[in-house]
Amino acid sequence: MKSARSFHIPPIVYRMISVALIAIALAASTDAFIRSENILNVLRQASLTFLIASGLTLVVLTAGLDLSVGAVVGLSACLTGAAVKATGSIPLGIAVGLACGVVIGIANGLMVTSLKLPPFIATYGMLWIVYGINYWYMAGDTIYGFSDEFKSIGNGYALGVPIPVYLMIAFLILGTLFTRNTTYGHEIYAIGANAEAARLSGIPVRARLVLVYTLSGAMAGLAGVVYLARLGSAEAGIGDPLLLPVIAAVLIGGTSLFGGSGSLCGTLIGALILTLVLNGMNLLTVNAHWHPLVYGGVVLIAAGLDAAARKWSDG
Amino acid sequence: MPESAVAQGWSPRRIPGVAYALVGLGMFFSIFARGFLSAPNLVNVGAQSAILLIVALPMTLIIMAEGLDLSAGAVLGLSGVTLSLALVQGAPLPVAFLLALAVGSTFGAINGLLVAVADIPPFVATLGTMGVAEGLAVALTDGRSVVGIGSTLPALYAGKFIGAPFAVWAAVLTYAVFHVLLYRTRFGAYVFALGGNREALVLAGLGANRYHILVYVLGGLLSGFGALLLTGRMSAGHPTAAIGMEFDAIAAVIVGGTRFERGNGWLPGTALGVITVGILKNGLNVMAVSSSLQVASIGVLVIAALLVDSIRERR
Repeated sequence: MKSARSFHIPPIVYRMISVALIAIALAASTDAFIRSENILNVLRQASLTFLIASGLTLVVLTAGLDLSVGAVVGLSACLTGAAVKATGSIPLGIAVGLACGVVIGIANGLMVTSLKLPPFIATYGMLWIVYGINYWYMAGDTIYGFSDEFKSIGNGYALGVPIPVYLMIAFLILGTLFTRNTTYGHEIYAIGANAEAARLSGIPVRARLVLVYTLSGAMAGLAGVVYLARLGSAEAGIGDPLLLPVIAAVLIGGTSLFGGSGSLCGTLIGALILTLVLNGMNLLTVNAHWHPLVYGGVVLIAAGLDAAARKWSDG
Repeated sequence: MPESAVAQGWSPRRIPGVAYALVGLGMFFSIFARGFLSAPNLVNVGAQSAILLIVALPMTLIIMAEGLDLSAGAVLGLSGVTLSLALVQGAPLPVAFLLALAVGSTFGAINGLLVAVADIPPFVATLGTMGVAEGLAVALTDGRSVVGIGSTLPALYAGKFIGAPFAVWAAVLTYAVFHVLLYRTRFGAYVFALGGNREALVLAGLGANRYHILVYVLGGLLSGFGALLLTGRMSAGHPTAAIGMEFDAIAAVIVGGTRFERGNGWLPGTALGVITVGILKNGLNVMAVSSSLQVASIGVLVIAALLVDSIRERR
C-alpha cells in the first residue's frame, strides 16, 4: 500500500470525475437531461440537499451525527408556513424557521455534551420528539396559498439561475472559509480526529460541539424555509424522507463518519451525485417507491468505502 | 463516566429506575385515564406489548454489543409483506412463516456483516439497510396493503390458550428463550463480553465476529417472528406498518437500564421497559392524546431515563 500512497490523487478528483461520468451517462441515455431547465432543476434540488448536508457535515467532522435534521426541516417548514400565513411577514417567517432549528440544535448539543449521550441516540430521540410535535401541531392539515414573493425564495430565478442555488454557493463559500480559515474550523477537525487530545490542548470541546449541533439545526431550519417556498405547501411529513439522502450526500462527499476528515466541497459534490442519480431515475421513469432502496444502498456503499479506507490507512 | 463502572459491570441500582417509571405511570393512568384499569384494556396492553417485546429482546443484545438496529421496523415490515404475499399465492402458513424468517435473518446477517466485518458504525449500517428494506417492501407492494391472506393466521392470532392471547404466549416463550440464552449459555457470556471486553474474546481465540454477526441475525430472525404476529393482528401485510417500531424497542431497552457501553445489559429490565412503553402509549390513547404526541412522549421518556442516569452517576 505504501507505493500506492506516494502518488496520491486527492479523493475529491475521483468524485468530480464520477459526477461528470453520471452526467455524461444521463445525457447519453435521455434527451431530456441536457435541457437547461432540467439542469437548473437538478441544481435547485441539489441546493436543498446541500443546505441540510452542510450543517450535518460539521457534526460528522466532529465524529458525531445528527439524525434529527429531516424532522427539523419538517417542523421548520410548518412553523414558517403558519407564521407567514398568520402575519404575512416573510422576514418573521424566516426567523421562526431558523429559530426552530437553532433551539433544537442547542438541545441536541446539550444532550451530547452535558448529558454525555451518544450523538446518534440523542438526535434519534430528538427525531421522534420533533416528529411527534409536528404531526400533533399540524393535525393532518396542509398549509398552502403563499404569496408569490415568498414562493420566489424557493422557485424564483435571478439572472436565470434559481435563488436556492445562490444560497448554496453563498453557504459553500462561507462554510469553506469557516472550516478552513478560522480557529473554530480547525478546532472542529481536531475534535473529530481525537477529542481527548483536543481537550488536553485547551480546545473548548463542549462549546464547539454545541456550536456544530446548533449550526446543523440552523441549516436544517433554513432548508425548511426554502423547501416550503419551493413546494408552496406545508404538511407534517415533508421532511421525513430527507434524512437518508442527506446522510448519503455527506458520506459520498467523503466526510468520514469517524471524524476529522472531509470538506464542504465534498458534500456539495455528494449532493450533486445524489441529485443526478435521482434525476436520472425520474427521467427514466423509475417509480418513486424505489427511492428509499437506492438511498439506503448508496449510504451502505459510501459508508463501506469509508470504513475500508480507514482500515487500510490504519494498517 | 467513572472508571469504576467497568468493575461494577451491571449495577443493581438500576432496578428501581424502570420500576419507578412503571409504577408511577400505572398509578397516573389509573387515576386520570378512565377505563385504563379494566381487564380488557390490560389484556390489550399485553397483546400490544407482545410484538414490541419480541423486537426489544434481540435489540437488548445488539445494544449490549455496542450496536444498534435501526432497520428492525423496516425489516419487520418487509418480512410481513413476504409472509402475506406467500399466503396470497396459496403457500401454507408454515412455509410462508419460514420465508418471513428467512428474509428477516438475511437482513440480520447483512447488518452483522456490515457492522462486524466491514466495520461500518452500526447506526449508519442499519440506517442503510432500513432504507433498502423499506424500499423493497414498498416497491414489492406498490405501497399498498397485501390483503386476502386467508383466515388461518388471523384465527391463530385471535386464539386464546389457557386464558391468554396467542401473542402473549409467543412473547413469554421468547422471553424465556432469551433469558436462558443470555444468562445460562456460553453464547450469553460472549454477548456480555462483546460490549464489555471484546479484546478478551479475541485473545481467547473465540473470534468475536461470529458472535457479533449472530447477535444481528437474531435481531432479523425475531423481526421475522414479529411479522407473523403483526400480520395476524392486521389480517393483512402492510409495507410501512412497522416503521418506527425500532424506536419503541430501543426506548424500551434504554428505559429498562441497558446501556450502549461496557456490555451493560439487563434482560428483565427490557421486559419492564416494554411494559412501561406499552402502558404509556395505551394510557395516552385512553386519554385520547393523539398518536403523534405519544411518539414524542416516548422520546421524552428515553431522554428522562438517560438524564436520571447521568445525575446518578455524577453523585
